[in-house]
Amino acid sequence: MNISLAPEILFYIGKFGVSNAMLWSFVLSLVILIFTFFIRRNLKPVPGRIQAAVEIFFEGAYDFTRSVVGDDRKTKKIFPLVFTLFIFILAANMATFIPGQSALTLQTEDGVVPVFRAIMSDYGLVFLLTIIVVISTQIVAIAINGPFGYVGKYFNVKGIASFFKLAVKGEFKPGLLAQGFLDLFLGLMDVVGEIAKIVSLSFRLFGNMFAGEVLTAVMMFLAPFFVPLPFMFLGILTAVVQAFVFSVLTLIFITMASETQAVE
Amino acid sequence: MDVESAKVIAAGIAVGLGAIGPAIGEGVIAGMALSAIGRNPEASNKIMPFMFATMAVAESTAIYALVVALLILFVV
Repeated sequence: MNISLAPEILFYIGKFGVSNAMLWSFVLSLVILIFTFFIRRNLKPVPGRIQAAVEIFFEGAYDFTRSVVGDDRKTKKIFPLVFTLFIFILAANMATFIPGQSALTLQTEDGVVPVFRAIMSDYGLVFLLTIIVVISTQIVAIAINGPFGYVGKYFNVKGIASFFKLAVKGEFKPGLLAQGFLDLFLGLMDVVGEIAKIVSLSFRLFGNMFAGEVLTAVMMFLAPFFVPLPFMFLGILTAVVQAFVFSVLTLIFITMASETQAVE
Repeated sequence: MDVESAKVIAAGIAVGLGAIGPAIGEGVIAGMALSAIGRNPEASNKIMPFMFATMAVAESTAIYALVVALLILFVV
């Protein structure tokens, strides 16, 4: 049994090592793109079977997104990002269940390496997706609150400032000062929360997929026939649920960032 | 005790203890969701997605423990 945390390098382009997870992710992106163009070119007023299935899928996803966001204009802006993430992660996770792929290996300098790998069990790629989500969340927050409102949300000195304003006038209210410090502290805790988002979002997907791979490998090692089947079924469930969860959390983060703070 | 066996024991303890809390949490979430569906069966389509989402959030601490165990076993 060999289990490696990092993806295996297949070949080098110059000094840039192309890993199996990366190669596989490019192949998968290409497949999704070709499928999308095929559907788009063959759009008809009366849908055929494939088009009908795609339409049902899209409409269900769009309705769900709107039920979370609650606004048609915002939904049209958020939906492409969220749905792309969902499709890509779902395809990446389901691709690990294509039979026979783990039999393909390649002879390299570092020994025999498998050509295919579950894409989401490469932490680099999951981290990249998470960074895209977190940065777009921050951009939405800045665009909604304005740069000063954005900074003010995390370094909240409004309460302390109003205490000193009143103190200059001669009114002394220590309660206001305590409230101000509490606001400042809560704002700083929000900074920690934003950083924790990166860790929690990426490790959730990576951990689940990697654990699924390891579990299947261990079960195959212990009992090659029939016993791994229920675990693989559990793996399919995890693959769908984790893709769903990643995109729903993205949706929720961006929706929360796009809501203006009405509290003054 | 040598370092190798200490690593194996540490990984086992990390996952074993880390899985207790999320297991209880997921049980509570699933129970609540099922009782909500029992009261209002028409709302099950609305409840199920949020049940899965919150379950994944509760699960994340177990995943952290798992990642720590994997790091102990394969990286450190």
